[in-house]
Amino acid sequence: MSILVDETSRVVVQGLGRAGLFHAEQCIRFGANVVAGVHPGRGGSEALGFPVFDTMREAVAEARPDASLAFVPAAGAADAVLEAIEAELALVACITEGIPARDMVRVADALRGSATRLIGPNCPGVISPGKCKLGIMPGHIHKPGSVGVVSRSGTLTYEAVGQLSSLGIGQSTCIGIGGDPVIGTNFIDVLEMFNEDSDTTGIIMIGEIGGTAEEQAAEFVKGRVKKPIVGFIAGATAPPGRRMGHAGAIISGGKGTAAEKQAAMEAAGIAVAPTPADLGSTLAALI
Amino acid sequence: MELRYVRHPGYIGGSGGLSDFLIVPHGRVPMKLHEYQAKEVLRAYGVPTPRGSMAKTVAEARSAAADLGGKVVVKAQIHAGGRGKGGGVKLAHSVDEAERHAAAILGMTLVTHQTGPQGRLVQRLLVEEQLPIEREIYLGITLDRALSRPVFMASAQGGVEIEEVAARDPSAILREAIDGAQLQGYQARRLAFALGIAPEARASAVQAMQALAKAYDESDASLVEINPFVLTTDGRAVALDAKMDIDDNALFRHPGLAELRDLDEEEPLETDAIDHGLNYIKLDGNVGCMVNGAGLAMATMDIIQYAGGMPANFLDVGGGASKDQIKNGFRIILSDPNVRAIMINIFGGILKVDVLAEGIVAAAQELRIGVPMVLRLEGTNVEKGREILADSGLDFIVASDMKEAAQQAVARAG
Repeated sequence: MSILVDETSRVVVQGLGRAGLFHAEQCIRFGANVVAGVHPGRGGSEALGFPVFDTMREAVAEARPDASLAFVPAAGAADAVLEAIEAELALVACITEGIPARDMVRVADALRGSATRLIGPNCPGVISPGKCKLGIMPGHIHKPGSVGVVSRSGTLTYEAVGQLSSLGIGQSTCIGIGGDPVIGTNFIDVLEMFNEDSDTTGIIMIGEIGGTAEEQAAEFVKGRVKKPIVGFIAGATAPPGRRMGHAGAIISGGKGTAAEKQAAMEAAGIAVAPTPADLGSTLAALI
Repeated sequence: MELRYVRHPGYIGGSGGLSDFLIVPHGRVPMKLHEYQAKEVLRAYGVPTPRGSMAKTVAEARSAAADLGGKVVVKAQIHAGGRGKGGGVKLAHSVDEAERHAAAILGMTLVTHQTGPQGRLVQRLLVEEQLPIEREIYLGITLDRALSRPVFMASAQGGVEIEEVAARDPSAILREAIDGAQLQGYQARRLAFALGIAPEARASAVQAMQALAKAYDESDASLVEINPFVLTTDGRAVALDAKMDIDDNALFRHPGLAELRDLDEEEPLETDAIDHGLNYIKLDGNVGCMVNGAGLAMATMDIIQYAGGMPANFLDVGGGASKDQIKNGFRIILSDPNVRAIMINIFGGILKVDVLAEGIVAAAQELRIGVPMVLRLEGTNVEKGREILADSGLDFIVASDMKEAAQQAVARAG
């Protein structure tokens, strides 16, 4: 098993621009079953061997996708996610960065009570190695196995995966949840899924300074998640008051510091890696 | 390190309260408006503001004061709070006095708790009528991340540092989550009753609060703060001060707001970086870094310090760095004379390592980079990327992982 995506996932790619097409091809190479594309104005054509539709509704009727990978540019990205929610896709991974927060507030409203789970936006997506890649992560660094990886940061997820694979440790599913203020899926959602997934035997969770999502996740882990977890907080040495790229990554009024988050993790029994180069080895020591 | 601080509420979790107020450096996203600009925006939505006008010269200030009858307040317009305490806000009782205040404030370097010790040059004034103030209230709107909705905040304790109010007594901050883009009438009324607003001012306060919420939504603001929102002795409800930040990601649909950007108020290097699609923050170490992804960039800063060094900057080249962006990234890193070595840490996803390598080689040749460069490259097309570096004939130090790269870079920076 794995979570969110596997060999049965039927993928639709929304937005077939240069990035969309490049990554759709990479996903196919990594075993994803891409059954359709949606690109308004290109309905009736084909791309990379899959049919392209003008609307998600047509794509669903003809090709029955259940997971979308969205590359639609920021100005129209929220609209694309809303279209996927309306079509009741089970999963949408939205890669797009720079979506206005107000648009994402509308999306968050639409997600409540819907059939759809959104990953991201502004994230690398999700991959279950050997089964399905629904994202932009470099597939070749992954290895099928039983460690789940969840991170706010894209490239730090790759870092963790690269370290695990080079130690011979494979991954069940790896997810970048995104660094925007409004995201569809948070740490707790993913930890809950990993906890229930029988094939996931260990977890790496990578957070960042700012906000309190990591503290809340640590609170959730306490007493409920028995699987070994390695944690890391990026930005331990960032000076207070400086926003480091992600809208959330900032220390504020003594809150959201790496020290607080690390303490919360340790109190929950999470093993905190001393440096970002020790993610894999810290986990290896636990399993 | 010199920082310019501006108050900004960010994460307002269910229980976090305003003690979660953020401090963000001036000139970074989101885009900040001056008080006079924010008031113009709010006025257009029906939020009452004092009569007044912006002045860039003493003569303009005098003329504005004369139009308002002489009894005015002269306010420095800078992107930082605490202006009053710093001497940037003065009351005048005559046109001559207003002129004297304008002459004193225009051109002064105003130091407040948010500007840092170097202060900020005052180049614009707002000259406004004085109002007969009966009560001061705090109003604010920002995104509540835990709810994924904007939250409207109000406090009876206006006119003072709201963070201090929140720290002392979190229950003094009232909150209403904004659902479906607007603050409902009953929500605004609930706030007005809870704030104890007198009956004669209640209707106008409710109307102003709803207009404020509409302005926040339709302007794609990330923050609106009215501190204080005043009730006058003649029963009016007026936004006496105004702070407004706009979500940078939404400026494409607000060309009018985008034009309000005041480049004089921004860090030139950081603005330069933003113009090239880069995210740069100057720090005070000597190891320059170029990294893709904000999380990895922060982790790179962490590991440089773990290796005994200090990062000279944060630089995220993002997901799709072009040759041009890389070149500009180097140029910006190297404009800091403290940089003694550069660590490049790239784990390619969207970014292809070969494209990056070409950019690095081109930039190193064109800019004649004289400091050691330690590279750690992984990801899509990594082999091709390493070949390009090896074939360049340039002296790159290639490390196998980020720990080694950090150690090498720190050792070379000395």
